[in-house]
Amino acid sequence: MNTLTLWFHQFGSPPIFHRVTARLSPWLYASATLIGFIGLYGGLVLAPADYQQSDAYRIIFVHVPCAWMSLFAYFFMAINAFIALVWRIKISEILAMASAPIGAVFTAITLATGSIWGKPMWGTWWTWDARLTSELVLLFLYVGVIGLYNAIEDRRQAARAAAFLALVGIVNVPIVHFSVTWWNTLHQGSTVRLLGPSRIDSSMLWPLLLLALATHVWFFASVFARARVSLLELESGKDWARSAVLGPGAAHD
Amino acid sequence: MRYGTTASACAALIRRDLVLTWRRRGDALNPAMFAMIVVVMFPLALGPEPNQLARIAAGILLVAILLAGMLALDNLFRSDHEDGTLEQLVLSPHPLSLLLASRIIVHWLTTALPLIVVAPLLAEMLHLPRSVLPVLLVALALATPLLSLLGAVCVALTVGMRRSGMLLALLVLPLYVPVLIFAAGACNAAQAGLPFLAPLLWLGAALALALVLAPMACAAALRISIT
Amino acid sequence: MVHVEGETPVPLLHARGLSYARNDESIFGPLDFMLHRGEVVLIEGDNGSGKTTLLKVLSGLLEPATGNILLDGEELTLARLSHQVALMGHLPGLKSDLSAIENLDFTIGVFGLRPGITPALALASVGLEGYEDVAIRQLSAGQKKRVALARLLLVPAALWLLDEPYANLDKEGIDLVNRLLDAHARRGGAALITSHGAYAFTTGAPRRLPLRSAA
Repeated sequence: MNTLTLWFHQFGSPPIFHRVTARLSPWLYASATLIGFIGLYGGLVLAPADYQQSDAYRIIFVHVPCAWMSLFAYFFMAINAFIALVWRIKISEILAMASAPIGAVFTAITLATGSIWGKPMWGTWWTWDARLTSELVLLFLYVGVIGLYNAIEDRRQAARAAAFLALVGIVNVPIVHFSVTWWNTLHQGSTVRLLGPSRIDSSMLWPLLLLALATHVWFFASVFARARVSLLELESGKDWARSAVLGPGAAHD
Repeated sequence: MRYGTTASACAALIRRDLVLTWRRRGDALNPAMFAMIVVVMFPLALGPEPNQLARIAAGILLVAILLAGMLALDNLFRSDHEDGTLEQLVLSPHPLSLLLASRIIVHWLTTALPLIVVAPLLAEMLHLPRSVLPVLLVALALATPLLSLLGAVCVALTVGMRRSGMLLALLVLPLYVPVLIFAAGACNAAQAGLPFLAPLLWLGAALALALVLAPMACAAALRISIT
Repeated sequence: MVHVEGETPVPLLHARGLSYARNDESIFGPLDFMLHRGEVVLIEGDNGSGKTTLLKVLSGLLEPATGNILLDGEELTLARLSHQVALMGHLPGLKSDLSAIENLDFTIGVFGLRPGITPALALASVGLEGYEDVAIRQLSAGQKKRVALARLLLVPAALWLLDEPYANLDKEGIDLVNRLLDAHARRGGAALITSHGAYAFTTGAPRRLPLRSAA
């Protein structure tokens, strides 16, 4: 066994995973909050107003990191889904399923902030832009995974079925994006160019990057917290879980 | 004839499904009826103005046929699962993906083909320009098998559930988006006098890919959900 | 059973350390047992002791948590299911819109045909002569069970896994199952059956495999 699989098996053992993440979670939450506040201060206070959009552009400090996270969470879910299906590692099943609701919320925030931004900028809450449409389909994919996971009684079977769907989805995402882009060029007119990242000033860039970092850290804190709870639920019959929840000594009641 | 070979197994399955459809031939018309009902509702809601209807006819038709196909999907494995035949199929020593491919092909023949047959009639009701009709039919011929194949993967995931209708629609929708876009895109391009071959070729390429991959994915999904 | 002195034959079915778990809760096992050709073994256990699950694992429908299954010395995996195994589950696996003979034709198309028998003969030997063209929906529960038994006679499988074969059957039907099992064992086949009640076999008592829920 090479070091990677060895590491995986160790981290993948439920008691160790529980212990490590329990210790890690508060630190992750704390640092995400701290970095987030610095980023928000930089973005909302220090960064100058845009010469065209004045202060309205500042919503990108929420919108853009969330949009990145909506994709990142899906990739994280798909990678774990793949590991869960191929090597049947329980922790991966749980991690994949824990990241689905978080990714869905990031996607929903992206869509919501996008349309709030769109109203003053484009004069409309919604436009059938390629990115918006893809993001909407991504939300449907997330909701499908969550729905399937909750519809099947047996937790592990549910996780495997939903993981399979997540993998089908990851093939689907680029195809949807391609088709929607193609469709968009066919129906020209309502296309609005979004803010290109290359035009961004460095005084706006560093808060954006900090906030992106904060959302990533927050994502992991949140995934670990969710995964820990579902792991305890799944393993509630085992000694380590009872002693982890009820304190040592409760294991042999 | 030799029994128990993979070819004989697929043939037996196809024969069985065709006989079963024939015994319940009344049910086979349901998807076409449903599509017709959907199509009839649009002029009632939008008004009978021919130009306006003609402009959106292809889109309405495709959505109606897609919805009808989605309703029919539920039957793909349900009765086989309820009477235990699906269990026997999974236990057979043949490649499950080939058996499922046969099952999907018959399902397409019995549910989607009637839809394609009534499509010209529905197109006429919506005043679709005659010149667009051939493009619509080709798009349907390529898109409906693709919808059946992609849908089968999702049905396989929900096979053990008692009420899966809404969930199935949710699972299927993201997979159907590109198919719908290209099929409707071809029709709209033809209607606007633009070249329409590219989206049809994309559909054809996707169909070729799905013919190979979807039955395998379907078999894998079924193995997950049947245990 | 008869076998040559000094030579241990390869068992038809050999389960080694076999166990199954659902949601990490052990359903049965670990179990070690062998089944030789010519044997009929009754799996005994209370409700919920995992009898049905054991049959599903042995057929290859479910994957065991630990251990493996050898059929004629070769490992049975999901990727390599065998012609040698036939499972009769709780569900009859018959299409109610098709006639008995059409259902059997479908079975042999998929699973193959044992030499020297036809669907009509198989129906006759389960006492359903004259019912060939009757739709399954018009048959009683006991008659459906008999059609399912006729299916076992047709397929070339040596190992029968029968889940509650006596359910829904009258006295005559129970005798029929026992006769079929005896004949199958004499042909060199073997069977594992589950049952709530203990029924007397025509030739002596069968071997028993006790199954206790892993508490």
